Amino acid sequence: MSDKKYVVRVCLGTGCVSGGSLNVYEALKRDVESSGLKDITIDFTGCHGFCQRGPIVDIDPGSIFYSEVKEADVTDIVQLHLQEGKFIDRLFYRDPSTGEAIPSSQDIPFYSNQQRIILRNCGHINPENIDDYLAVGGYKALRKVLLKMSPEQVIAEVKNSGLRGRGGAGFVTGLKWEFCRRETGNEKYIICNADEGDPGAFMDRSILEADPHSVLEGMIIGAYSIGANQGYIYCRAEYPLALERLRIALRQMDEHGFLGDNILGSGFNFYIKIKEGAGAFVCGEETALIASIEGRRGMPRSRPPFPAQSGLWGKPTNINNVKTLASIPIIISRGSDWYSGIGTEKSKGTIVFALTGKVANAGLVEVPMGIKLEDLIHGIGGGILGGKKFKAVQTGGPSGGCLPASMLDSPVDYESLTAAGSIMGSGGMIVMDEDTCVVDMTRYFLSFTQAESCGKCVPCRVGTRQMLNILQRITKGKGKSGDIEQLERLAKTVKFGSLCGLGQTAPNPVLTTIRYFRNEYEDHINNKRCPALMCKELISFYILPEKCRGCTICFKNCPVGAISGSKKLIHIIDHEKCIKCGTCLEVCPKRFSAVVKVSGEKIKVPEKPIPVKK
Amino acid sequence: MYKQLAEIFKQYEGEKGAVITVLQKVQEKLGYLSKEAISGVAKFFRMSESEIFGIASFYAQFRFTPRGKHAVKVCLGTACYVRGGEEIMKTAEKNLGIDRGGTTEDYKFSLERVACFGCCALAPVMLVDKNVHTKMNLSKVREVIKRYQGEK
Repeated sequence: MSDKKYVVRVCLGTGCVSGGSLNVYEALKRDVESSGLKDITIDFTGCHGFCQRGPIVDIDPGSIFYSEVKEADVTDIVQLHLQEGKFIDRLFYRDPSTGEAIPSSQDIPFYSNQQRIILRNCGHINPENIDDYLAVGGYKALRKVLLKMSPEQVIAEVKNSGLRGRGGAGFVTGLKWEFCRRETGNEKYIICNADEGDPGAFMDRSILEADPHSVLEGMIIGAYSIGANQGYIYCRAEYPLALERLRIALRQMDEHGFLGDNILGSGFNFYIKIKEGAGAFVCGEETALIASIEGRRGMPRSRPPFPAQSGLWGKPTNINNVKTLASIPIIISRGSDWYSGIGTEKSKGTIVFALTGKVANAGLVEVPMGIKLEDLIHGIGGGILGGKKFKAVQTGGPSGGCLPASMLDSPVDYESLTAAGSIMGSGGMIVMDEDTCVVDMTRYFLSFTQAESCGKCVPCRVGTRQMLNILQRITKGKGKSGDIEQLERLAKTVKFGSLCGLGQTAPNPVLTTIRYFRNEYEDHINNKRCPALMCKELISFYILPEKCRGCTICFKNCPVGAISGSKKLIHIIDHEKCIKCGTCLEVCPKRFSAVVKVSGEKIKVPEKPIPVKK
Repeated sequence: MYKQLAEIFKQYEGEKGAVITVLQKVQEKLGYLSKEAISGVAKFFRMSESEIFGIASFYAQFRFTPRGKHAVKVCLGTACYVRGGEEIMKTAEKNLGIDRGGTTEDYKFSLERVACFGCCALAPVMLVDKNVHTKMNLSKVREVIKRYQGEK
């Protein structure tokens, strides 16, 4: 690749494709070909991580980073950059505070403040080309393991690295492998858990789409260590692109002798099958996942026996998350001492987050364990969207906790998050601003976990439903005193009385929001007021008589005809008819800003439309 | 029906734990799992129909009624929800005249909620068939649906 004058890489991750990057890629190929330029490679990559600024085009040399590229920009990229060597200023990322253009991705704070180990290849290689992976040192770790190390040595190395499961529970990976290794019998299984079901999380998907080989290499190394000859990848059917890239990767591995009988002449045999998950959040739990692979309902069972003793078809089975496996090859290549030098005392290495919600730089980020929430959200994430005020951050998906501004200086690691009442989880991180109602958010999370409860344990099945009912009542302005205490009691019962992680963690959002935002609950219950102006039953829209210019735009757009008025008359909303959809607020011209949303207060307006004041 | 599905069954003869995979293939072929299809699958695995239906109804992916020509999907994953996904859904429901999970009488549209497409940075997101519509607002929803309603 290095003998080429320019290498142009277009991001074809899910985010950028949604933004139209496929058209950009096709146009680039077409234009370069028709221009007759030589020594230029047009290639594509998986997710770069900076999804907020997509579609992304990256040009080497210089890691020139063009953001929000449209098909119409392709002509300029080809003519100016590739032909004349001139950069295109308008496509550069700009520092939001200074407005200064930053040409190279290495200098953009979003990237320069990250430490990319698991995502090391994401955005840099073509995920559908095994040669790209080999060129960056791929499968060297596998060679080293199979030809020079005993399974015990590999396990010792992984244990020494301090790597803990990145799926959420944070169990020490080397120890997990060791348990499975110790089991006798020659039929064992290794499973890659790619059933990423958290809404708002896309870490595993992005890795599988951008760098499938590092996950698969880690999987073979794991299989060799525990003594398994058959592996399964359990991946959501909702991830068609990830599945396609996995299938391509498996085919190429087969051709290169990394799969099948006698891998690299070591005498070790290994095969991988893909199983498509059919959409059940609970299947992320190990025993439920195993039941699902066996073709049954994905319901968890009590442990022990642990899967390491009796898993898939009753045989010893080891299950690891995508990110855990993707960490393995680099731990083997660079050594466990290097890895354990990153992070905190008990939480080693790095962690990948899908940073989303009301944050300026939403996307996929990787940081060392122990980073402060503040540095993550404000440093890398660029702060809150639209200059609003930070309210809370939710870690660990729908079963994690909501942490307030006062926790922003606490470090991100397994222990600190647990102490704060949240969990690390798989890596979802959702930022909320002052316009987000935490009571409504909690109701939302509960509606998810309630629907996904498999129904086996009564406290989870009934308890989540009861909590949801109470939360629904509160958000509708029908809360009553004692509701908060009742929620707390239910939450504790559900946590205590459930077999699996889903039930044990589902009450986390309830407990943390009551702990940190009790006043918002009280406002809803006692004052029938939603401070974030989000709960529909508690808000009203008004047209301010002194600001309305009688332009009729809201009148024309109201879907239920709740607005009366005509040209040059002050418009009035009929609150009986209003469905509180917010269309009037959305369409009212900025220069008038006559529509307001309020909660717990009334605004005086004329009884019927009167002429606007001159 | 069994004959129609024999092609699929043949590939999974003797494979352990293939129920879900076979159901997925059947749905891919027929668009949904009809009563007859479930009977066929039950017969193939020598299991009862209720067992097969029990497995299928556990998973969100399986449908038991035919879908409309266009699948409208509104994301209600956390990131989309925070940025107003619920309003997008309600507007879609209103404009299509069906609730989430429903299909229009003329079988032209089905409306579904999904939890996360993985393009959270572009939230809120709505899909019509394979076309992703990003950074939606209420008027954009109406526009998009109108466009599809207008086509013959």
